[in-house]
Amino acid sequence: MATSLITYRECLKQAIREALQGDERVFLMGEDVGHYGGAFAVSKGLLQEFGPERIMDTPLSEAGFTGAGIGAALGGMRPIVEIMTINFSLLALDQIANNAATLLHMSGGQLNVPLVIRMSAGIGRQLAAQHSHSWEPLFAHLPGLRVLSVGTHEDARYMLAPALLDPDPVIIFEYTSMLNLEQELQPVEGGVDISKAKIRREGKDISIITYGTGVYKALEAAAELAAAGIEAEVVDLRVLRPLDDETILASVTKTSRAIIVEDASRSVSVSSEVSARITENCFYDLDAPVQRLCGAEVPIPYPKHLEDAAVPQPAQIVSAIKKLLQHA
Amino acid sequence: MLEYRMPSLGADMESGFLREWHVKPGDKIKKGDIIAEVETQKGIIDIEVFDDGTIGELLVQVDEKVPVGTLMAMIIPPGEDGEIKETPQKSAAPATTPTAAEEAWIATEPPPMAEKAAAAEHHVRASPLAKRIAEEKGIDIATIHGTGPEGAIIREDVEHAITARVAPVPEAPKEAAPAPPPASPPAPVAAEKPAPPAQAPAAPAEEEKARQATGASAETIRMAVAAAMSKSNREIPHYYLETRIDMRRAMAWLAETNKQRPVKERLLPAVLLLKAVAKALNEVPDLNAWWENGLQRKPAINIGYVVALRTGGIMVPAIHDADNKSLDELMQTLNDLIPRARALRLRSSELADSTITVTSLGEGGVETVFGVIYPPQVALVGFGGITDQPWTENGMLDVRPVLTATLAADHRATDGSTGSRFLTAIKNYLQQPEKL
Repeated sequence: MATSLITYRECLKQAIREALQGDERVFLMGEDVGHYGGAFAVSKGLLQEFGPERIMDTPLSEAGFTGAGIGAALGGMRPIVEIMTINFSLLALDQIANNAATLLHMSGGQLNVPLVIRMSAGIGRQLAAQHSHSWEPLFAHLPGLRVLSVGTHEDARYMLAPALLDPDPVIIFEYTSMLNLEQELQPVEGGVDISKAKIRREGKDISIITYGTGVYKALEAAAELAAAGIEAEVVDLRVLRPLDDETILASVTKTSRAIIVEDASRSVSVSSEVSARITENCFYDLDAPVQRLCGAEVPIPYPKHLEDAAVPQPAQIVSAIKKLLQHA
Repeated sequence: MLEYRMPSLGADMESGFLREWHVKPGDKIKKGDIIAEVETQKGIIDIEVFDDGTIGELLVQVDEKVPVGTLMAMIIPPGEDGEIKETPQKSAAPATTPTAAEEAWIATEPPPMAEKAAAAEHHVRASPLAKRIAEEKGIDIATIHGTGPEGAIIREDVEHAITARVAPVPEAPKEAAPAPPPASPPAPVAAEKPAPPAQAPAAPAEEEKARQATGASAETIRMAVAAAMSKSNREIPHYYLETRIDMRRAMAWLAETNKQRPVKERLLPAVLLLKAVAKALNEVPDLNAWWENGLQRKPAINIGYVVALRTGGIMVPAIHDADNKSLDELMQTLNDLIPRARALRLRSSELADSTITVTSLGEGGVETVFGVIYPPQVALVGFGGITDQPWTENGMLDVRPVLTATLAADHRATDGSTGSRFLTAIKNYLQQPEKL
């Protein structure tokens, strides 16, 4: 089975199913997760398998069901709250930022919130400006949360389990554009480490630091660069909060150069933060200014070609790196 | 007015840092006076003046980087009138206050362009990593050509510069020979006995201390050696000659002479060798020369004597007018020069004036030395150890103390027959030690 191809969507579904099977306290709730099978069919069939008490359709009120999830978590359950797409998360942001993220602190350490919130993020398939946000930086800004980004099939399959074991709230970003993407999947015993970034490809010439949809793009770019004699290292941040400084800095110290790639717009982004940490901590190891490739600072356009142009693509990563290394 | 310019203290030197003025405007000076201290890759060097006169004006600030050939001072020749311009800044005091520095600028009135260029030099566009490596390796980043983004100097450029300087390390024993281990006996001279009198070469710890005090590191000295030797092997077509010398008479004479002397005044075989070289050069003056746009014979015979530093690297101080020095004077000179070379405290004339080099590796047990010429000189004499060897003379076999002498010479300047005459002359002089 290890060698057969599997979609990103199927990985997510298997992860949820495994969680439901493994722990009675786990349940999934959100808009259309039950009878409809999820807006993106991630939970299709789970209602039939686990019943309405564990696959729970909710009213169209993000504040309501996210708050209910927090209550359930406080009450000893291990809820998985699905927010259909990231744009709707703003309606739940008061619950997330003011309750989930702060209760442990406000209760003097008495009330932890073991809640997992999943949401679809990024550009989908021409979903236009209101459904194509890359707001990871927004959540990565909030103390009290652990923020994860699912950039690979491995993480889609094996990130949920450790997230549910976390005693505090975890936000997981999944990517609409990757749902149908097929890849081979190797089993990971005991889930992935959600405290560490992951080196997806080793290289010595430059570190491509990225997350989410950037990971496969960076790997594609790295493969093309390898043909040109440039060995790029691909660092999948994977955890956007708290950032794994150790892995990032070790990689940049090794390669002396860094380019940070993300779909989010450039200003006040994850890349801003990573760039700052690199210059703060390994300035004297840098052989070139830290580079960034980010989303354009525009509402994401509807037309396909403009949508593609609004976020970094592998060709841009390749040309930016070649330019930096003077091979262009 | 006479101009005093930054002297070159060796073919490998591009610039130095002025660390101290020993004179101030109005001071009377005479040829050979030490007027300043300049820090180079080889440590802090006392800079001598070449003329008699009065210091008219000092044009370089303490702690300034001074390229070779830069006008450093104006000197009023004896009997001439000249304006003595006071430098507002006290001599020997670093320019610390902005006012002093400003006033100095006004006093020296540098053309605006030069000022601009000097300022630009301080803003070298280089990556932090490149700067760090250059600093660690003792390379002046301003001399490196940048190939990075917008012409910035990047790691690769610094590494190229390092390779260019360190590259082809000559295989000749002189350079390849590691410095003697700290426990080994003093290294200055060819043969073993008697122990060098009155000479206390700096122990490695003291040598290290000296280096820290002078700013020269083992690495910068290594770089200086590497640069000179790379240039030599790149540019000089060497030819090599070798001869074996019967040292029976010389050693017997030396033993007899030393017997009658107090320990402090005893001679080492090295002085015999140096004297023989000096006398042979009188006969073959083409080897006492520099190659600079052709052969330039040198009137004075100044023998550069290779001193191995305990922690690696070499210094080659000059023994001035070696042909006019008696054996005793040569011995005194060695006793003075070698400890100062090890302490990295040499005078500029001692670093710059050599007209030929002698290297002696005998005490390490080596028999033959094939040297690399120190440019712009045209010859290097190598002496191995004096060892008992079978020797035939008049059809009879005997055991004699034998010395192997070699000559590495610049084939642009001379040919094998010249070198052969020179080595033969050395051999002959060593057969009559009492006449040296």
